Amino acid sequence: MLSTSEKANAKVVPILSAVDAELESISKTGMLSLTLEEMKTIQAYFKTAGRDPLDAELETIAQTWSEHCFHKTFRGAYEYTEVALDGEDALAKTPRTYENLLKETVFKATTEINAPWCLSVFKDNAGVIAFDDEDAVCFKVETHNHPSALEPYGGAGTGLGGVIRDVLGCGLGGKPVMNTDVFCFGPLDTPASALPEGALHPKRIAKGVVSGVRDYGNRMGIPTANGAIYFDPGYVGNPLVFCGTVGIIPNSMIEKSVKPGDLVVAVGGRTGRDGVHGATFSSAPLEKGITSSVVQIGHAIMEKKTMDALLQARNKRLYRGVTDCGAGGFSSAIGELGKDTGVRVDLEKAPLKYQGLAPWEIWISESQERMVLAVPPENWNTLRTLFANENVEAVVLGTFTDDKRLTVAFNNDVVVSLDMDFLHDGAPKLRLKAEWDTNIHRKRYREENLPVAAGGVSREDIGGTLKALLAHPVIASKESVVRQYDHEVQGGSIVKPFMGAEKDGPTDAAVFRPKLSTWRGVAVSNGMNTELGKWDPYVMAKAAVDEAYRNLISVGGGLKEAAILDNFCWGDQKNPHDLAALVRASEGAKEAALAYGLPFISGKDSFHNTWRAPDGQLHSIPPTLLISAIGVIDDVRQCLTSGLRDADNLLYVVGETRAETRGSLVAALWKDDSGRLPMVKLSESKSLYKKLQAAMKHKFVLSCHDLSDGGLAVAAAEMAFGSALGVELEPGNKGFDLGSQLFNETPGRFLVEVAVANKEVFEQTIGLLFADRVGKTVKKPSVAIRVDGKIVFEETTRALKDIWKRTLAGM
Amino acid sequence: MSLVGKSNGHKEPVNALVVRAAGTNCDQETVHALTLAGATCDVKHVNEILTGRIRLHPFQIVVFPGGFSYGDDIAAGKVLANELRLRLKDQLQRYVESGKLVIGICNGFQVLIKSGLLPGFDTIDSEQLATLTLNDSARFQCEWVGMAAENSAATWLDGLPPVFELPIAHGEGKFITASPKVLALLKKNRQVILRYAPVNPNGSEAAIAGICNARGNVVAMMPHPERFVTRYQHPNWPSLPARPNDVGDGFFFWEKAVAHAKSLFQGVAR
Repeated sequence: MLSTSEKANAKVVPILSAVDAELESISKTGMLSLTLEEMKTIQAYFKTAGRDPLDAELETIAQTWSEHCFHKTFRGAYEYTEVALDGEDALAKTPRTYENLLKETVFKATTEINAPWCLSVFKDNAGVIAFDDEDAVCFKVETHNHPSALEPYGGAGTGLGGVIRDVLGCGLGGKPVMNTDVFCFGPLDTPASALPEGALHPKRIAKGVVSGVRDYGNRMGIPTANGAIYFDPGYVGNPLVFCGTVGIIPNSMIEKSVKPGDLVVAVGGRTGRDGVHGATFSSAPLEKGITSSVVQIGHAIMEKKTMDALLQARNKRLYRGVTDCGAGGFSSAIGELGKDTGVRVDLEKAPLKYQGLAPWEIWISESQERMVLAVPPENWNTLRTLFANENVEAVVLGTFTDDKRLTVAFNNDVVVSLDMDFLHDGAPKLRLKAEWDTNIHRKRYREENLPVAAGGVSREDIGGTLKALLAHPVIASKESVVRQYDHEVQGGSIVKPFMGAEKDGPTDAAVFRPKLSTWRGVAVSNGMNTELGKWDPYVMAKAAVDEAYRNLISVGGGLKEAAILDNFCWGDQKNPHDLAALVRASEGAKEAALAYGLPFISGKDSFHNTWRAPDGQLHSIPPTLLISAIGVIDDVRQCLTSGLRDADNLLYVVGETRAETRGSLVAALWKDDSGRLPMVKLSESKSLYKKLQAAMKHKFVLSCHDLSDGGLAVAAAEMAFGSALGVELEPGNKGFDLGSQLFNETPGRFLVEVAVANKEVFEQTIGLLFADRVGKTVKKPSVAIRVDGKIVFEETTRALKDIWKRTLAGM
Repeated sequence: MSLVGKSNGHKEPVNALVVRAAGTNCDQETVHALTLAGATCDVKHVNEILTGRIRLHPFQIVVFPGGFSYGDDIAAGKVLANELRLRLKDQLQRYVESGKLVIGICNGFQVLIKSGLLPGFDTIDSEQLATLTLNDSARFQCEWVGMAAENSAATWLDGLPPVFELPIAHGEGKFITASPKVLALLKKNRQVILRYAPVNPNGSEAAIAGICNARGNVVAMMPHPERFVTRYQHPNWPSLPARPNDVGDGFFFWEKAVAHAKSLFQGVAR
């Protein structure tokens, strides 16, 4: 079929007789990011075929097998050993081995929970859970870290554009109804001298990323209603940008069914040279000198038009399969859609932005706003007219076949001819060693990357600590950013990013109605705790799941089915310590998911989040796990917010407060690591949350806020910010210092407001052990702290709110 | 959903046309608001009107909703405004002169002002006499702001709550006139329908949030009344006092529009 002679449209790459060093050099100079073992597997495949590969074939394999598309590190086989400090951080059984880490941790939780509301998990572009009799909701969160580091505006915008297309490419297409964004930046006051060579300053990255998400999300008409911004010195060289989209999809449209004979139809934007090698570039460390042509160029209105046309075509059932062109461009999208059938593509039919692209460039370009459809030939004319009426280009690129081969031609010159089985299942399994050593881990993340403490406050200075925490960039109000996003568009917003008497009190989760015809709603929240991960990623992962879940529970409303997504952002996939951290986090995530009955429905992992410091050393970002949670709310009119409702009500901490300050923001502020690492008591929390939900159902709870960064005192102040009222805290004596009681971040806790009349019933519902009365609401708009009846601190709510709003006001 | 009755108490349904173009994104909540108020809605791409497949005359209300028509490239609303001005002028002129309603919200306001339908001293002004430009903050702003309703030439809007809140979501919402004369004429003709109060969020002249044409049947505003049709859309809803049917203040705008459209049936020979 193919001869090894030179072709007009493709170059032969001689690998049949290449030795190891040559194979490695082919991978490196071609920006393929393929390992030696992978190159040898490819060599063996072509030896059987009796010819050398063409450049487009190697590129196709490199895209399909890339970290980005294939998750090869997470799916790898692991041998995990550990040197633990004490019983506290030892996993139950070591050494542990895994044949496939992802399958045996995250996937396993989902399989074991086996939730009936999970309609499509881990197999499509997004995870799908049940919503009502007609529709389901789909959810996907992705990262776009490296592009955002190089070109923050374009990188973040296309990150959002990409995840929106994931929802459009889920099943037969979900209609996007909400976006969520979580960013991790270096501290905005990082001195220029601390920047790695070639890195942009965090301020510039932050500004670019926020503008990119704003301009793309607003134009798409999708509310950006949830998110978080995290700051840590560990992100100076490698910021993290997580973009997520929720969609709604008819129950009858969750599955694709591509048939041989269907046309391969490309719709949307044209193909250019932007984003060539994006997928393989994300599978390499960030270093100076990387070309920005790996970053795509976004055009939101093109995507909006494409979405408008696509959803109409979906409702008319004009196609049988759809997927988005993301990483790897056509090569991944068409390869994926035709995986079970086979496909033949004629690349010269692809509309180009400009002439001069080599066939392999057209094939792997990651130009934005493109989707691929499988269209029955009899529907083609109707579909083409529909897209033309919306001013969107649609062209036939080829046909789905039944030969289980991927055949790509350019002007009838075949440039790719590969077995689908080899392409999708032929990659060699990575065998990885993971070595946990608590001391080494803590040394790497605690000593080399010590957080910059905002001021250094003493443990005894309660007022000073509260003010420093409220001013801490992780806690400070993100209103200046959130107000740039249209979080009201589509009219479904119920619990907004900011609520209350002055409309600037923070909330725990976004609640919205994906369909305006019903009061049923969806809640979205997130959990992340990078600081804890510097101590132990196992604890971090459990705490992240716990926090995301508590955020969902806090908004009440009769939370029904819930599910979670994982996004692992990790450092060096070749470093056994980083891999051990991954094993520990995966185990923690699995345990928490299982305990709470929260299935993972989709996820993503990003490795190579490494950067070279001015001293030339390769640094990994702190292990970062974002857990995004989604839940169905029975009646949004029953939802709770965190703003206080009335004076002279009781305030309770629901949950147990322990002397655990380690890994909290206040420990960094006090420069005191002497406390214990927090425990996440999963089974205890599970039954407690059920009781709290029962109390909510009986309307004993008037307002609710989860306790996280900054602990009780910060949560109490924030509840006052969402009202015209004040609080008086009197935490009582728990056998440890007042500062730890007020500011530590023991997981599993909420702060709730209860009317005096409901005191007994509330305490009975929760149980006295975990209903810890810590104060009351007062008419006077101030935050006061009492010890033994005496006020030891008091400040007006206005003054505290100003401090909280000032830090990031200029963002 | 048991918010408000869908019947408008008249045999003839009020037909509303919601016009969209590439980048329009508030069509869904606009249709929802109009439907709650009792109208029957069609959502059509402007291409269908430009090609003549859809005509304006069967509709009593034509709405240009919010969004970023054609990406707001050049300037907000400019491209769609040019399409209307250059390719649909005669039909629009006849429609407006028939007394039926044209409503523009946010991007729709930007479109109407750049097409000459507003300020609308003539049916369609031959030149642009006012504009909506970058907010003083030079940023996109999504927030809830206070409004004061004015008694205006759009008498069908009489009886709106005197003060209420609505969300704004725009980067180019600062209303400015071409000359003090234009502003004076707007005031003299009672063409200001809404003002921001007490806070002017974007630097608009005279805190103007919405205007109508001289005849009062072309009205437009930057805030989004369609995003406040139930109280549960307000950012302080848990503490708002209960009210009949749980409606939000934005609902009254749509209710009045549909009621006025209905009165057109009775007023004109058919």
